Amino acid sequence: MTACLLLIPLIGVIAILRGRDPRTTARLTTTLMLATGILLAGLWAMGIRDGLSIAPVVLSKPEIRLGLGLYDGMSVIMMLLSVIVAFAAARTGSCKDRHARLWNISLLLVAAGAVGAFISTDLFFFYAFHELALIPTFLMIGILGRGDRKIVAWKATIYLAFGSIVLLAGLLWLIAASGTSSLAFEDLLKTSIPIEDQPGIAIFLIIGFGTLVSLFPFHSWAAPTYASAPAPISMLHAGVLKKFGLYGLLRLHPLVPEGMSHWLNLVIILLIGNILWVGFVTINQKRMDLMLGNSSVMHMGYIFLAFAALIEAGGGTENPVAMPAAILLMFAHGVTIAMLFGLTDRIEHKTGTLDLRNLGGLASLTPTLAFLFGLAAMASIGLPGLANFAGEVMVFIAGFRGWQVENGLGSVQIATIIALWGLVISAVYMLRAFRRTFQGPGGSHTESAQDLSPDERRPAIFLAFVLVIVGLFPNLLLGLIESPESSTSGPSEVQKPAEELLAPESALQPRQAMLAN
Amino acid sequence: MPAYWLEATVVILGLILLLIEAFGKSTSRELVRRISIGGLAFTLVPLYFAVAPSAENAELARFYIYDQWAAFFKLLAIVATILVLLMAYDYRKVLNQFTEEPGTEHGTGEFYALPVFACAGMMWMASARDLVSIFVSLELVTITFYILVAYMRRQVGSLEAGVKYLILGALSTGFLVYGIAWIYGVTQSTNLAEIGVAISDPESALAANPSPLFFGLSLMLLSLAFKIGAVPMHLWIPDVYQGAPTPITAFLSVGSKAAGFIVALRVLEPFFNSEITRNQTTLIVLVMAGLTLLVGNLAAIAQTNFKRLLAYSSIAHAGFLLLAVAAWHPADSGSLSSHQVVSLYLATYLVITIGAFFVLVVVRDSENSDEISAFDGLGQRNPSLAVCATVLLSALAGLPLTAGFIGKFFAFQLAISSAAANQILWLGVGIGFIGVAASFYYYLKVIRAIYWREPANTEEIPVPRISRVVILTLTALTILFGFWPNPILWVIGG
Repeated sequence: MTACLLLIPLIGVIAILRGRDPRTTARLTTTLMLATGILLAGLWAMGIRDGLSIAPVVLSKPEIRLGLGLYDGMSVIMMLLSVIVAFAAARTGSCKDRHARLWNISLLLVAAGAVGAFISTDLFFFYAFHELALIPTFLMIGILGRGDRKIVAWKATIYLAFGSIVLLAGLLWLIAASGTSSLAFEDLLKTSIPIEDQPGIAIFLIIGFGTLVSLFPFHSWAAPTYASAPAPISMLHAGVLKKFGLYGLLRLHPLVPEGMSHWLNLVIILLIGNILWVGFVTINQKRMDLMLGNSSVMHMGYIFLAFAALIEAGGGTENPVAMPAAILLMFAHGVTIAMLFGLTDRIEHKTGTLDLRNLGGLASLTPTLAFLFGLAAMASIGLPGLANFAGEVMVFIAGFRGWQVENGLGSVQIATIIALWGLVISAVYMLRAFRRTFQGPGGSHTESAQDLSPDERRPAIFLAFVLVIVGLFPNLLLGLIESPESSTSGPSEVQKPAEELLAPESALQPRQAMLAN
Repeated sequence: MPAYWLEATVVILGLILLLIEAFGKSTSRELVRRISIGGLAFTLVPLYFAVAPSAENAELARFYIYDQWAAFFKLLAIVATILVLLMAYDYRKVLNQFTEEPGTEHGTGEFYALPVFACAGMMWMASARDLVSIFVSLELVTITFYILVAYMRRQVGSLEAGVKYLILGALSTGFLVYGIAWIYGVTQSTNLAEIGVAISDPESALAANPSPLFFGLSLMLLSLAFKIGAVPMHLWIPDVYQGAPTPITAFLSVGSKAAGFIVALRVLEPFFNSEITRNQTTLIVLVMAGLTLLVGNLAAIAQTNFKRLLAYSSIAHAGFLLLAVAAWHPADSGSLSSHQVVSLYLATYLVITIGAFFVLVVVRDSENSDEISAFDGLGQRNPSLAVCATVLLSALAGLPLTAGFIGKFFAFQLAISSAAANQILWLGVGIGFIGVAASFYYYLKVIRAIYWREPANTEEIPVPRISRVVILTLTALTILFGFWPNPILWVIGG
């Protein structure tokens, strides 16, 4: 059943190759994926979990299985994120007819790769599916990208290949050190790794996964790539595929707990680099696409903060907030950034430019666009009521979870306090970009802009709907994590932080209001 | 049926082909082509039923071994030869331009008969367990290739390639004989099993001073490096690959390399199994592997000719294979042995590389050029061929979900798991990863040409029927083995 999620896009690709209309096929395919994904999540939530997965043996020694199934709540949520963003991405952007095949095939392959990685229950295919996106991305940016597209395509591809190779080295070392003869997660996660190997494996995993998530200082590929890629590819990459690295770290860290805590301070310094350094870089951007690309890099810092809190505590049992916080924020950020990239593409389509200096006054010409973009921008800043807020607050709670006043501030707590300032930074750049684009006097390119057509509106409204629903009812998602077998997070403990959300809300709002002025 | 009948069958097939060529009335070589392909395909049947020759025949058993590796590499040789002959079928138009009477098939019959003899040589190499039989079978292959490489005798490039191959081949033969002489001198035997006994005796004079042994081994490895395309005997590869007729290039790159590796495994096995020689042998092979990886991958970056690119890629793949050999690992319950990894790698490599050469033959046929620029705009001119080429090139780069990843995955896994015992292997792993990173660049360069570049003309590139079937099959296999490599493991005993 879960395997259908992967089969559908692949069938779609074959159909397009055999001459079906690319656009209709891609839309139909992603609709089917979305339906299947929601159905699977529903079944999971109702506790129906048998018979959904398959795991045929593809190699007997060491045992590798083409394991496709829902491993735990985290994979369900990431799978949902993939199908939601894929659904919107297939309905965003436009290209010339002669590129329609390439465009839609690439889109479906990237989506298939992302979904495949999240529903793999075997380390081998978890790694392998992620790489499915590499060549389509390279081609899409190289042929249909904006700006210095060729240089960007090379840079992104080689950077991602480098990250994957470092990651592969870490994974192979992990496999060798664990002495396992089966690469299925459930067997692998039962093994224990000798303590002397752990720091080495952990640093390979941090750098490898980190490069794919654009962890500072391995982030320089990300912003130009997202800025240059055609909208659906940026949406899928920044929204979904990038979360692969975090998903991997969250999945595999229990294998190397000592190794991860060995590098805790390094991770903290790097994540502060993400938040502050990249944050300041983002403020300085003059183009909307680069600004969004950098902002997406910056926001990864918060998820890494949750990860740092997790490894400091030594696992999900000690800090039950950290893991749901990271997952929720991954989901929220994925939806938000996809929506922002989708709308940015429309702004460029309407005005012919993304240079913030040439834009302005769009709100009166394109009210729907302005409203939707404003909503996404607010979500990205962390406005209460939208999904990101729930995630961010949980991250900050996770940072102080179990902290005693008499112990003084630990590195995670200091990082949390610094990270709070990141909210200010993101408010500055996001609101400034919004003001420059939609308010004030009309820019040189904005006179003839028309509002979104119903067809253009739909994907953004869909994503906005997801943001609001998850923002108002985060437990819809967090409930999926409370799997009865999993001992890492008891149900009552997970729900609490989500309910505590309302308290800090009033504290944040005035500051945002101030910055807006 | 005893296995040695297989070689005999193939040799007889070759002789029949030569007779047809000599006495046949027809000016077309259609019959020769058909019989060579059909005959080899037929040998797969006795291969399935072949059994090891009885042990009573002690003299034969000294020279000839039939185990699962012999069977697997014979299979590999036959399949490679069949595919090469199929490729030659579609290459005949190019070939016919450069023979005695351009445009006719006069004098091209041997082109389809000689690969059959080379195949017999490779099959024998797979079974050779004595330095003498190794030498003889290796020479059978090499001498056949001397002729085949220079077969387009009106083309300077082919002749140049032939002369280079001849000179370096002769040099490497010299090294081989010299190395055999040294090893015979210190171990009093040419039989690999007896050599294994001689070198693992800790009391012997050899254990006290193994230098002559390693001198002999190094000379032999030099010569084998010529066969498998490893540094330092790699210098011939780019020029010869570029000059030789494309099917022969494919044959050199797959068949000859595979046969070289089974011989290398057989020669090295006693040296790795002996406590006395293991560490130095690892070091020698590791140095070869590291240099081969560096040279192959880094030199490939600058290439603009697709055939030359594949030549360097073939060197690079030899490096990955040597890494798996250097990380010598016997079979155990949890992981694959070096033999298995090398076999798995070569099987996937055969599928992918022959596929890539088929694409080259098709493009060359239509564009009359081997340059990467001949691929410009292939995505518009023939989308299906472009998709196949993309899959095959991604597989060569080792992208996951293709067969190419499986081989690299296990080569690295072997090296990393052996590195716990022998730290120096980390060096090879590091160089290997640099190599993989570099290889992404140069294979993507071709993919870039296929999709990014605008074509010089927009006519569709026609794909002959045989090429179409073979390319589609090999591409499908590339993807299939990427998901499901187990069938290969059934053959090599997983």
